[in-house]
Amino acid sequence: MCLAIPGKILEIQEAGPLRSARVQFGGIVRQVSLDFVPEAGLGDYVVVHVGFAISRIDASEAERTYQLLEEMGALEAELPPAE
Amino acid sequence: MPAKTIVELSCPAPLTAKDTILLGHGSGGKLSAELIRDIFLPAFQNPVLARLDDQAIVNVNGQRLAITTDSFVVKPLFFPGGDIGSLAVHGTVNDLAMGGATPLFLSAAFIIEEGFSMDDLRRVVSSLRQAAAEAGVQVVTGDTKVVEKGKGDGLFINTTGIGIVPEGIELSADRARPGDKVLLSGPIGDHGIAILAQREGLEFETKIQSDSAALHTLVAAMLGVTSNVTLDIRCMRDPTRGGVSSTLNEIAERSQVGIELEERSLPIHEEVRGACELLGLDPLYVANEGKLIAIVAPEGADAVLQAMKRHPLGAEAVVIGTVKKENPGLVTMRTPLGTTRIVDMLAGDQLPRIC
Amino acid sequence: MKYLDEYRDHRIARALAAEIVQRTTRPWVLMEICGGQTHTIMRYGIDELLPRDIELVHGPGCPVCVTPLETVDKAIALALQPDVILVSYGDMLRVPGSRSDLFRAKAQGADVRIAYSPTEAVKIARLNPDRKVVFLAIGFETTAPANAMAAWQARREGLTNFSMLVSHVLVPPAIRALMVSQTNRVQGFIAPGHVCTVMGCKEYEDLVRDFRIPIVVGGFEPVDILEAVLMLVRQLEAGEARMENQYVRSVSYQGNLPAQKIVAEVFEIAHQKWRGIGLIPQSGLRLREEYAAFDASRVFDLGELTVAEPAECISAQILQGLKKPTDCPAFGIRCTPENPLGAPMVSSEGACAAYYHYRRHRVAS
Repeated sequence: MCLAIPGKILEIQEAGPLRSARVQFGGIVRQVSLDFVPEAGLGDYVVVHVGFAISRIDASEAERTYQLLEEMGALEAELPPAE
Repeated sequence: MPAKTIVELSCPAPLTAKDTILLGHGSGGKLSAELIRDIFLPAFQNPVLARLDDQAIVNVNGQRLAITTDSFVVKPLFFPGGDIGSLAVHGTVNDLAMGGATPLFLSAAFIIEEGFSMDDLRRVVSSLRQAAAEAGVQVVTGDTKVVEKGKGDGLFINTTGIGIVPEGIELSADRARPGDKVLLSGPIGDHGIAILAQREGLEFETKIQSDSAALHTLVAAMLGVTSNVTLDIRCMRDPTRGGVSSTLNEIAERSQVGIELEERSLPIHEEVRGACELLGLDPLYVANEGKLIAIVAPEGADAVLQAMKRHPLGAEAVVIGTVKKENPGLVTMRTPLGTTRIVDMLAGDQLPRIC
Repeated sequence: MKYLDEYRDHRIARALAAEIVQRTTRPWVLMEICGGQTHTIMRYGIDELLPRDIELVHGPGCPVCVTPLETVDKAIALALQPDVILVSYGDMLRVPGSRSDLFRAKAQGADVRIAYSPTEAVKIARLNPDRKVVFLAIGFETTAPANAMAAWQARREGLTNFSMLVSHVLVPPAIRALMVSQTNRVQGFIAPGHVCTVMGCKEYEDLVRDFRIPIVVGGFEPVDILEAVLMLVRQLEAGEARMENQYVRSVSYQGNLPAQKIVAEVFEIAHQKWRGIGLIPQSGLRLREEYAAFDASRVFDLGELTVAEPAECISAQILQGLKKPTDCPAFGIRCTPENPLGAPMVSSEGACAAYYHYRRHRVAS
C-alpha cells in the first residue's frame, strides 16, 4: 500500500502556518507539503506520499546501512554467477 | 491449476465491459482490441482489414497504395513539443511510414465546438500546415463541422493519409520469427508524460517535450541499408496509445511468437522516470508519438541499428529484446535481478495511483 | 534516482538472496503485509530468488482491496447525484461495486475526478461553490495524515460544500486478527514501511510480545524486501522473536509525531469492515464529532445498501494469506483485470492483479 518515493527539496515556501516546497523526483519537480516534517531543510531528501512529505531521510543512517549492503554486493560480484 | 468444481456465479453478475462504451475502449489496450474484434471486424470482414496493421495496403492498377486514418482528441490542444495540428500530421504520416509507404497526400477534417476561439483555430491550422510541409505531404481535401457548445471538447481533427509502397517492401505484424531482434528508435514515454504534466490536478514541473515527429525519413533510411528488405525488416510499428507494451503484445499475438525484453536496455528520460515513480505508472504503457519499433532479422539488425543512429530521430536507437519461440503470444522481460516477468497488455488507461 | 536506484542493485540483491539460501534450514512462511511489497516481489521476481523453503504469502495491505463494498456502492451512488463532484484517488475508479464502478458511473454522466493529493479535492470544492464535492478518503495509516489535513483545511476555510466518504483501516488490529485465527500459518511478518514511517514501531513491538512472532519493518525496493526476509530468517532460525527495523532511512521508533497529531485531531478509532475479511474491532478511523459537517455518510442520506460479493471470489482467503491467487478456479479465466470478480484483481497492488500482470506465463504451464 501507500506508494511513497524520495525526492530532494529544492526550495521552501512558507505561507502562514503552512510550509511547502518544490521537490525534485528524477527529472520532474512537484509542490509538496512539508507540514509533517518541520525539521526538513533545503537539500534534504523527503519521502513523499499523496503530495505530503511523511519523513525526512536520515542521510547518515542511510549511508551507514547501505555501506554494509554494498560490501555484501561487492563480495558477491567477485564470485562466479549463480546457476 | 488444481482441478476444482466450478462454482456457479451468484447474483450480482460480475461487471463486464460489454454493456457501455468506457474511456478504456479508446485506450489502445485490451478493451480497444475487444471492440475491434467483436464489433468492427465482423461488420467489415475483408482480407485487407484482417491484417490489422496500422495502414491498409491495396493494389490499384498495379500500384500499391497505403491508406490510413486517425482521429485526434488531445487535451490540452497545445502542449510542450507540439499541438493537435502537428500531431494530426505526424500520427497519420507515421501510420503510413510503418508500412514502408512514402506518404503523399492527407485529408483533414475539423470537428469544432461552437464558441471555439478563432485565434486558436488559426494556430492549429498553421501548425498543421507547417508539419505537412516539413513532412513533404499535401493536404488535398478537408471538411468542417461545428457542433453545439458542450457537445465537443473544443476541437477534434481527423486526418486520412495516402502513400505509395515501393516494390519489394512487405512489412507486417505477423512476420516476426524466433531469433529476430527488437529495435527501438529512442527513449520512451515522452509524449504521454508531457501531456500528463498539463493535466488538471496532477500538475508538475518538467522540461519534457512531446516527441511528436514524422518518422518516414527515418524509415526510408532504415529500408535503404537492408540488402533484402523483405528478408531483413519484418515489421515496424509506432508505439502510440498503450505504449511499447501494447505494440509488442500485438506483434507477439499476430506472429504467435514470444518477445523477451531486457529491462536494463530500455531508454527512459529522467523526467519520464520521475513522473512514473511519483504517480505509480509504468513507462512501458505510456504513449509515444515519434518513436518506432522494428522487428529485424538477426543478420540485418546491426546495419539497421546503425542506419537509425545516423538519423536525428533515431540517434538513441537500441536493441531492447529478442523474438523467441517460447511463450507464443506473450511479451516477457528480464529484470535487472535476472528474473523474468510478463509485460501484459493493460485493460484500459493507466491511472495515477496512491498505492 | 537517489534512494531508489541503489536499492534495486542486482549485485546486492543476489548477495542477500545467497545469504538467505545459506541461512535457511527449514520451511518458513512469511507474510508481507503491504500490497506495495507484493507488487515489488512480483515485478522483480523476488520469490524466484528465494529458496523453496521460504514461502511468501501476501497480506491484506491493499487499501483499495479492503475498502468495503458498501463504501464503493455509496461512492457510486453519490457520484451519480447531479450536483455532486466525486473526487477519488485513481486506484478506486475500476474497483467493482455490486453493480457498477466509478468509471461506469462516469460513463453515465457522473462527474468523477482523479486527484493525486487530497488538497486537490479541497481546491475543487473552493473553485466550485455551487457543487457538493465529496472526497473518497481511503487508505491506511500512511494516507490518514494527508486525508486528515484535507478535512482540517476545509474546516479552517469554512467550506460548506466539502465532505469526505471515509474508509480508513489500521494495520496492527488486522495482524492481531490474523494471528488469533485458527487457520493462521504465518511465522514472521514484514511490516509496512510507510505505515510505520507515520506510526512508528511501538505497536509492532506489542504484537511481537503478545504473539512471540518476529516482525521486521521493511521498505519497498527489491533490496529492502530481501534484507527484511534475511532478517526474519535469521531470527526464526535462531528461535528468536524481535521487532527489527530494516527501513531505517525512513522509519523512526516514534514515527512522525506531527502527522500522528493531525490524525488524532480529526479522526477517532472505530470498528471497521474489511472487504473480503469482515468486521475487525477497532481497526479503522472515522471523522470525529467536530468534523460531522464534513462526513459524507452523515451529510447525505444514503440509506442502507444491500450488497453481495460474487460467490466465486476467494479474496477473503487471499487477503489472509491462506490461498494464492493461482489457487482460485476463476483466476485468469472468469476473473481478469478487464472483468474482475473481486478488488484484488483491480488494484495494481492487489495480489491477484500482481500475479496476473507479471506471472501468467508460469501459471499457464
